[in-house]
Amino acid sequence: MLNIQNLQAGIEGRQILRGINLEIKAGEVHAIMGPNGSGKSTLASVLAGKQNYEVTSGSVEFLGKNLLALSPEARAAEGLFLAFQYPVEVPGLSTTNFIKTAVNEIRKYHGREPLDAVSFLKMMKQKMALVNIDQSLLSRPLNEGFSGGEKKRNEIFQMAMLEPKLAILDETDSGLDIDAIRIVSNGVNKLRTKDNAVLVVTHYQRLLDYIVPDFVHVLYNGRIVKSGTKELALELEERGYDFIRNEADVEQEA
Amino acid sequence: MSFVENYKEHFEQLLSVKDKKELSGIRENAFNAFAEFGIPTSKHEEWKYTRIGALFNRPYRFLLDPSHAVTVADIDAFRLPGHQEANELIFVNGIFSSALSKIISKGLAVVPLEEAAADSRYKQLVAAHFGNSGHYLKDGINALNTALVNGAVFVQLTKGMAVGLPVYIYNINDARKENIFSQPRSLIHVTENAQLQIVETYFTLGVEESFTNQVMEIVVEENALLEYYKIQNDAGNANQVSTTHIRQAGRSYVHTVTVSLNGGIVRNNLNMILEAERCESHLYGLYFQKGKSHIDNHTVVDNVKPNCFSNELYKGVMNDESTGVFNGKIFVRQQAQKTNAFQSNKNILLSDDASVNTKPQLEIFADDVKCSHGCTVGQLDEEALFYLQSRGIGQKMARSLLIQAFASDILEHVKLAAIRKHVEHLVAERLEF
Ligand SMILES: Nc1ncnc2c1ncn2[C@@H]1O[C@H](COP(=O)(O)OP(=O)(O)OP(=O)(O)O)[C@@H](O)[C@H]1O
Ligand SMILES: [Mg+2]
Repeated sequence: MLNIQNLQAGIEGRQILRGINLEIKAGEVHAIMGPNGSGKSTLASVLAGKQNYEVTSGSVEFLGKNLLALSPEARAAEGLFLAFQYPVEVPGLSTTNFIKTAVNEIRKYHGREPLDAVSFLKMMKQKMALVNIDQSLLSRPLNEGFSGGEKKRNEIFQMAMLEPKLAILDETDSGLDIDAIRIVSNGVNKLRTKDNAVLVVTHYQRLLDYIVPDFVHVLYNGRIVKSGTKELALELEERGYDFIRNEADVEQEA
Repeated sequence: MSFVENYKEHFEQLLSVKDKKELSGIRENAFNAFAEFGIPTSKHEEWKYTRIGALFNRPYRFLLDPSHAVTVADIDAFRLPGHQEANELIFVNGIFSSALSKIISKGLAVVPLEEAAADSRYKQLVAAHFGNSGHYLKDGINALNTALVNGAVFVQLTKGMAVGLPVYIYNINDARKENIFSQPRSLIHVTENAQLQIVETYFTLGVEESFTNQVMEIVVEENALLEYYKIQNDAGNANQVSTTHIRQAGRSYVHTVTVSLNGGIVRNNLNMILEAERCESHLYGLYFQKGKSHIDNHTVVDNVKPNCFSNELYKGVMNDESTGVFNGKIFVRQQAQKTNAFQSNKNILLSDDASVNTKPQLEIFADDVKCSHGCTVGQLDEEALFYLQSRGIGQKMARSLLIQAFASDILEHVKLAAIRKHVEHLVAERLEF
């Protein structure tokens, strides 16, 4: 589904990603962990198509297409979804109107008619129940004044509405209380099929108890320096990143 | 012939043909003031960023009598939604046309100003309020309107009447054959406890140039309420200086929304004079400009007495090579303790060639007051744009949603639903870049 080869990218001449290799197949769950500033969100942003990042080398193939050649909106329409670490507040734009526009723009991309009001409402109701989000939140301006947890929940609600092939969840667990982590994870799990995949970025093993990864990768200084199974997450939780740092630095010197 | 000489001729002609002695003293003073001030250049403090002089050097037709060339059908093309249920006042080339106007509300008197000035019922009011804007606008343009006042109208809403139906005012210039200079003038009196909603708009027929120099003076008496909506969406050949001067008595409430979407050079003067205690004023404005249009909003909120409240929010979206000016003055006079006055101006530049000059100006002479002001000029929020795009929303649509979102907290203040929808529609149309 997603094949990243030697991806190097940066911003304003400063290199952040230093050669990422990662392959994600349909049906899989991958987790990326790594210290602050190692480049996790940058990777997510580059995949989603954020303009101010500059890709200096490498390739990304998504469902047989050259992802890097697509506009952000085309990537979304092709089935890529990024749940933001810091969702943006947009005063004056109702959340419902925003989601409706998104759903219909994606339909338009695929040459389909806009969803009629009744079907849209039905879909909303169904997905609202899935992530346990309240109607009153959705009639408010997009993320404006939402609590940290409400914003994250809204991200997962949007994911449920857009039914992506590949969902990248950037620290969706941070800011969520214990119950909310469970609810949001349940939502994510219910949306999983053998045809889609999830990439979770997290600092905590806790989330991975709910969304169980097939693979865990450690991103350090712009590279994936270690990959393993879910046991790697437990090991990191216990030992911290120091042993990774040491291994990685030794490797770099050699 | 210089501009002043040219207009002196008009002035004398007007005096000889149309003079009603009640107004001649005011007229003469105004003409002298005009001769003294002249047309403001960019050296004039209030006209620094709006170059109006060149507009006065063009030849205009200046009419003394109502034109009959404008037909009902011409106007039909421009009527605002909800007009069936509205009073309609129509000015053609600056001259009030009672034949084209429609007054259907009881308690709404509409009288030619010259007649009102001579009528024992209105005389004192006219004497007390006509020309008051001249105290705030020390320039030749305001004086010119007063000096050449002709075809003006006096409107009064009876005590305690809530006019269920709004008053729509259309200012029409017939520039199909020649350049037109028009000077609509009105004095509106909202009596104690009365409530009035006004919607005003402008349009120019034809492709020649029009220049509207309008002065509207409004008096809002105790406990009275005024909503005033101005919609400016005329063509690029239409220039105007539009003055709305509002005097508020105690416990009165005024709510204005000025929406400027198109025009050549457009200058708005909006003055709110809070002359007694517990007045409340709301001033909202949205300007969304394209092409080479120029919009200038000068506002004054003058707090004369204690315990008044005002809130002002103007927002601008500037595209192409358009230019904008915002100047918001708040005066708090020595007596005006416990004044609450807030002001904010926010701008988005959509193109590198567009620009805005914004200047808040607070002059506070009382010590126990709450006042704030702020202004911003920026681009569309890139982070928000990316967020929308990352959800599959195309760039054009995403920009349009963000601009609509930006405009929404102005447009939501248009309380007449039909007019709000109309303006939202105009904005949405504009967004199909
Ligand atoms: N727009 C930007 N301008 C300048 N530097 C940036 C920008 N975006 C990211 N960086 C830098 O790139 C590095 C990687 O940042 P990134 O946000 O990808 O880290 P992260 O792994 O997601 O960290 P965290 O765990 O704290 O979320 C950091 O040093 C950061 O300061
Ligand atoms: Mg991050």
